[in-house]
Amino acid sequence: MVELARRLPIPQRRLPASPVLLVLLAACIFLAVGSSMSTLFAQLTVQGVASGIVYGSLALALVLIYRATEVINFAQGEMAMACVYFAYQLMQWGLSYWAAFFATLAIAFVFGVVVQQVVIRPVQHRSVIAVVIVTVGLFILIDGLVEWKWSASQRFMQAPFGNSVYHLGSVPIARQQVGTIVIVLVCVLALWAFFRFTKVGLGMRAGALRPAAARLVGVRTNALLAVGWGLAAVLGAVAGLMTEPSQYVLSPTLMQPVLLYAFAAAVLGGLESPGGAVVGGVALGVFLNLIGQYWGFVGSVLQLPVAFAALLVVLLIKPTGLFGHRSVRKV
Amino acid sequence: MRRNVPAYTAVAACAIFFALLPFALSNYHRGIAAQVALYLIAILGLNVLVGYTGQISIGHSAFMAIGGYTTAIMSHYHHTNLIATLPLAFAITFVCGVLLGLPALRLSGVYLALATFALAVSVPQLPLKFSTFTGGSAGISANKIVTNTWLYGVSWSAAAIAFVFTWLLLRGRTGRAFRALRDSEIAATSSGVTLAIYKTLAFGVSAALAGVAGSLFVLATNGFAQPNEFSVTLSLKILVGAAVAGLGSLWGVLLGAAFIALLPTISASAPLIGSTHGQDVVFGLFVIAVMILLPTGVAGLVPRLRRRWART
Repeated sequence: MVELARRLPIPQRRLPASPVLLVLLAACIFLAVGSSMSTLFAQLTVQGVASGIVYGSLALALVLIYRATEVINFAQGEMAMACVYFAYQLMQWGLSYWAAFFATLAIAFVFGVVVQQVVIRPVQHRSVIAVVIVTVGLFILIDGLVEWKWSASQRFMQAPFGNSVYHLGSVPIARQQVGTIVIVLVCVLALWAFFRFTKVGLGMRAGALRPAAARLVGVRTNALLAVGWGLAAVLGAVAGLMTEPSQYVLSPTLMQPVLLYAFAAAVLGGLESPGGAVVGGVALGVFLNLIGQYWGFVGSVLQLPVAFAALLVVLLIKPTGLFGHRSVRKV
Repeated sequence: MRRNVPAYTAVAACAIFFALLPFALSNYHRGIAAQVALYLIAILGLNVLVGYTGQISIGHSAFMAIGGYTTAIMSHYHHTNLIATLPLAFAITFVCGVLLGLPALRLSGVYLALATFALAVSVPQLPLKFSTFTGGSAGISANKIVTNTWLYGVSWSAAAIAFVFTWLLLRGRTGRAFRALRDSEIAATSSGVTLAIYKTLAFGVSAALAGVAGSLFVLATNGFAQPNEFSVTLSLKILVGAAVAGLGSLWGVLLGAAFIALLPTISASAPLIGSTHGQDVVFGLFVIAVMILLPTGVAGLVPRLRRRWART
């Protein structure tokens, strides 16, 4: 019996490796000290958290799909971008921002489910690379469709939080950044509660962990996979809608840089870990913002290469990301 | 030996066809046909890595950029003969590929995909940073513009050499080692395949072929090397081409290259969809349809059909 238990890779609930936590703690202390010394530093940090948490939410969407199907959805960013255009269209038809916001989330869910059922399901049981290529095709297709309908020119949307500024001590913080952080956090917590406390959430976790066993006890894994894609699309839509105000304009390339950072964030956190994705996103956002400002050689041009170089270093030290764990395979 | 007769005839027929083809084409179409050749080389390279060794790469646009910039810079500053820059690009990108292959030994699957993705995103930023040497976002040009006929001849000759080279490499001991690594690393290692050597070798060869394709790519765009030409999209395009061709087989490569080089051009001249976004829609739809309908790519189609005929 002990033999059997050892052979089955039963996932254990345990804290992530402590060196990682120590490093993160050290980083937090560094940021807190820096923020108390310099206003600019504090401002950059908050800005970094606001953009980072958006990366984190898109990264979380990627992780959701990765956990269920072991596939990276290259079209995630473009699906989010299309959802922002849906919101734009709804507002053109006279809806208020928040009405359009929630309507878009509903549309995004349906969109995700439809995409999964129509194009992903037929290739799902084939190699990972086949699914990846399909998502690449989806990327190009959505891009083309959006440009067809709304043209590639830039559009302007109403700002959800206005332009007012809060003051925390001497540090000015834009209301929009605070709003972004709050909205994304609420979504992430709602998602966590969904997975933790509802029966559907439990079924989805079971389906991701042991598809065959879950099916045997009556979980409808296929339907739940579609729900997973729907939820991922909703998260993506939130990320898209929160990216738009920070860019000030809406164009079809809106989510492409965000997708890059979301990939990086997801991998940084360890692809299997939802919490890691959010932590990775915030870490990346803050790191990028600070390094672009304080290291002159990097500037804005080399921000991306430096971010990825840092990511590579992390991967070489910990090949499965910060919170990932090495899976043991039977030969 | 007899088993290979159809294959040899097919290759000979292809060679004759492509030697005679330029006489039947207009100047413009010769340029497009040359593009098919350069994509063919890039897809061959990617196939060695993804199809035979099972290591994924989304970073081949970076190697194409390195090859392309090699050609442009050598020609711009040193007036090197353009044909001589091709082997040079091969050598330089081979070294770069081996260098990337070393850290890649520690990564696998999605993590490797991301590492190569990072490379693809980072490399086009470098010319922007060192713009006095590389011309920044405006790019750098080779010292002369080649004609489409010249390009056709050189590209297809290079493609033929690349094809024979890959075929010879993959049919023997090395190819067996690659496939063994793909199917099971542990089994391969325990039967004496040195994992580190063959994995880095695959990366090197694959990158080198992409480098040559990049050189030709620059020559095909009027000798201009520009950073935004070598974006991640180019990598994805080649990956799509390789998947359409069929991974792990060399015979579909021609159709895979034709797919990514010709489909945008053909759909641009078709009525109703003749604009950029129309092309994107058609391309995306085709990619999805091909992946759903042809699980093993074009290369897998022939054995499948043969099996079906054998049954009836």
